[in-house]
Amino acid sequence: MSANYAIEMLNITKRFPGIIANDNITLRLKHGEIHALLGENGAGKSTLMSVLFGLYKPEEGKILMDGKEVRIDDPNDANRLGIGMVHQHFKLVECFSVLDNIILGVEPNKMGFLQKEQAREKVVALSEKYGLHVDPDAMIEDITVGMQQRTEILKMLYRENNILIFDEPTAVLTPQEIDELMHIMRNLTQEGKSILFITHKLNEIMAVADTCSVLRKGKYIGTVDVAGTTKEELSRMMVGRDVDFIVHKDEAKPTDVVLSVEKLSVSSKGHSKKAVNNVSFKVRAGEIVCIAGIDGNGQTELVYGLTGLLPVKDGAVIMDGKDITQLAIRKRNVGGLSHIPEDRHKYGLVMDYSLEDNLILQRYFEPRFVNNFGFMRRKNIRNYANDLIEQYDVRSGQGAVTPARSMSGGNQQKAIIAREIDKDPQLLIAVQPTRGLDVGAIEYIHSQIVAQRDKNKAVLLVSLELDEVMALSDRILVMYEGEIVGELDPKTTTVEELGLYMAGAKREAREV
Amino acid sequence: MSPLKKRRSVLRSDGLQTLISSLLCIILGLAVGYLVLLLINAAGAWDATMAIVKNFFKFTKAETRMKNFGLTLAKTAPLLMCSLSVLFAYKVGLFNIGAAGQYTAGVCAALIFALHPNFLWPWWACLLVAVAAGAILGAICGALRAYCNVNVVISGIMLNWITLYLTNWVLAWVKNPASPYTKELRSVNTSALIPSMGLEKFFNNKNVTISVVLVLLIAVVIWIILKKTKFGYELKATGNNLHAAKYCGMKENRNIILTMVIAGALAAAGAGLFYLAGIEEWSTTQSAVPGMGFNGIAVAFLGGLNPLGAILSSYFIQHITTAGGYVNLQVYSAQISDFISSMIIYLCAFVGFFKMFINLRLDKGEERKARKAALLASTEEGGADE
Ligand SMILES: Nc1ncnc2c1ncn2[C@@H]1O[C@H](COP(=O)(O)OP(=O)(O)OP(=O)(O)O)[C@@H](O)[C@H]1O
Ligand SMILES: [Mg+2]
Repeated sequence: MSANYAIEMLNITKRFPGIIANDNITLRLKHGEIHALLGENGAGKSTLMSVLFGLYKPEEGKILMDGKEVRIDDPNDANRLGIGMVHQHFKLVECFSVLDNIILGVEPNKMGFLQKEQAREKVVALSEKYGLHVDPDAMIEDITVGMQQRTEILKMLYRENNILIFDEPTAVLTPQEIDELMHIMRNLTQEGKSILFITHKLNEIMAVADTCSVLRKGKYIGTVDVAGTTKEELSRMMVGRDVDFIVHKDEAKPTDVVLSVEKLSVSSKGHSKKAVNNVSFKVRAGEIVCIAGIDGNGQTELVYGLTGLLPVKDGAVIMDGKDITQLAIRKRNVGGLSHIPEDRHKYGLVMDYSLEDNLILQRYFEPRFVNNFGFMRRKNIRNYANDLIEQYDVRSGQGAVTPARSMSGGNQQKAIIAREIDKDPQLLIAVQPTRGLDVGAIEYIHSQIVAQRDKNKAVLLVSLELDEVMALSDRILVMYEGEIVGELDPKTTTVEELGLYMAGAKREAREV
Repeated sequence: MSPLKKRRSVLRSDGLQTLISSLLCIILGLAVGYLVLLLINAAGAWDATMAIVKNFFKFTKAETRMKNFGLTLAKTAPLLMCSLSVLFAYKVGLFNIGAAGQYTAGVCAALIFALHPNFLWPWWACLLVAVAAGAILGAICGALRAYCNVNVVISGIMLNWITLYLTNWVLAWVKNPASPYTKELRSVNTSALIPSMGLEKFFNNKNVTISVVLVLLIAVVIWIILKKTKFGYELKATGNNLHAAKYCGMKENRNIILTMVIAGALAAAGAGLFYLAGIEEWSTTQSAVPGMGFNGIAVAFLGGLNPLGAILSSYFIQHITTAGGYVNLQVYSAQISDFISSMIIYLCAFVGFFKMFINLRLDKGEERKARKAALLASTEEGGADE
């Protein structure tokens, strides 16, 4: 009865140096279903999907489509068979327009001449039909990640793919965009398309998926019907123990002011328009202050202004009583500032460096890691890296010497968090720290952030996820169009009220 | 960690892989060259190829052999320096096509201070000003890149031309009245000749100086800087991800400029070490920058962008270039060795490909072993359970 299945991946084994990423995995995707794939960071989800998309060649196993064996040697084969994939880290050409990216490789032409108008019509029609709003002429580098995501989806639809693979599509989206995406996914399955959906967010699985398969450390654990299961059961299957979804923390005991932001304005990149407009607030030692807001309301620029990545237009940033507005980035970092950046590939990692060299990125110049003659102390570096790897459970094929590029997305993120928290900073600025982490890892990272607070350090958290905001923060500042429009207490406020502030429907006059 | 992690095959070492891959490229290049020679004139093809491979070995007398070996070595020195210049800049992600101009600047500075009657400086002082001249040119490129975002390829090419004509003009002051060439160092200022410390006798060739040894030392130092030091760590991080370098507070602009300064200094030092050995004179009617800088690019890549690799590759390229003179000119044109070396250089692009191939084979081998081990383990486990 295998003809019932759109895709069957049978006994797939894929090895990388030092690790079996997929160990004899069998996965069956029915026609018209949304099939979720769940597993810890590094469990092998992206690898398995890359095998289906022809990016990796498995050592063992075979793939059947509608019951017939198919060969998928490269993405072109996959495309011919109607398989499309949205990657965990998008694969778009930055300096091309949205339209050019969508038609790249399948450009309609007449005798070698590009027929762009025709393509544009098709793209516009598709985007209207599915509610995927994009501006076809915008450059990729100028648009939000949400729009890049929609571009990737349109790319699959333009190619008329029937098997759609989404690798952690929601990690980078705002809650609103996630709702839209879920809606679009349901519409797609109603047309008979089948979807493979990777996510770490169990709520999303419960909301849209029909079935869910679980992987753990490269091995297949099982497949369950979503209707007959619970979040708790899923997470138990995934990590092999009970996961605590509640963040445990005592009352905050804020003490001295660590960060004081005074009338800060920051221009957005390339525009004279202020992305951050006259913002003032304070963060004290021993508290977690969270900046909430819909993506693109100036949070990114605010953080870049605080950390020195963007010049400040007006106002002052005071840390520990010292004006650091114009201070060099290195001096800020050494002076007790840590920054978990929003964009881990752009800022957080040197992809061609090994894991250990990435782990010392903020302290390679310390006497511990470099001697008086400027030579790196490799042995100390190795030991330090191994400690962090163990403590934060950073999983990779070859340990400290693994190239960062070959690590799974979630483990790359864990490496950055380990590096930044281990500096034991006076002020930790964490932007979307748990993006792309599995529930077990989130539990650990949250407890580390709370521990940091309890050590009487200041934490400034920027998160788009309301659950995280509500669970972790002691105080919430809502940002809307570059300004802080409200200060809320997570214990007395509701998600609905927070939403009103975030949408700009409500604001309050604040005294700082 | 997985149980798979165990002693890694020596073949996994990057250096060895590069070496093997480069050797494969060279053999392929020679083979292709041989085929082309066959097409031109089948009769002399083998002899010509052998002449190129053999170079000085073709001489039967040991003395002549040594002498010609010495010549090849002396000419290798500047080539190695240019390739070091290119590969050093490449580590920060910059393509130093300006090495040729920096080399020219080095010639200019070294010769004017060595030959002009107002100066007649000793060799080490001339060498220092040569280095300074190259460093300044590099600094200009680097600063343009860092502060005005001008691509170093563009500024490098422009500076190549500017430097060439400036050099021709300046060196006309010290040229031989009867020819376009600069005066002979040996007859004007012997203190400007780089000492040979006995190497001259050893090789029976007055062209061989301590330059030959110095460049080897410099290559090793560059290797150490890149591989072992904090400075190297910063440079490579900057080259790999400028944003991350900025994020962790490295002074990325300073690093870019400093790298170009060092790259310029290296190329120019090569020029000084060559011209101050008194092997050649500069022709002031020259209408193009010396090919040395450009060949340095090829050598750097053939050497797998590794300073130690560059030692081997620069010697090799110089070996076949010099040997080109020994090909039977009745049958082939003298450019045939250039042709073969360019064939090899084209094939350098495959160094990466061969490396990939080696890795693939190793992966396969490891997998097979791992599978066997797993099988063994599972049968043992099964046995223990019973
Ligand atoms: N190209 C590669 N080369 C070497 N090892 C790799 C490569 N890609 C993945 N791996 C390794 O395979 C394992 C599985 O990685 P994969 O990316 O599939 O994980 P994942 O389940 O998608 O995790 P995450 O939730 O963090 O994205 C990881 O340990 C990773 O280090
Ligand atoms: Mg993944």
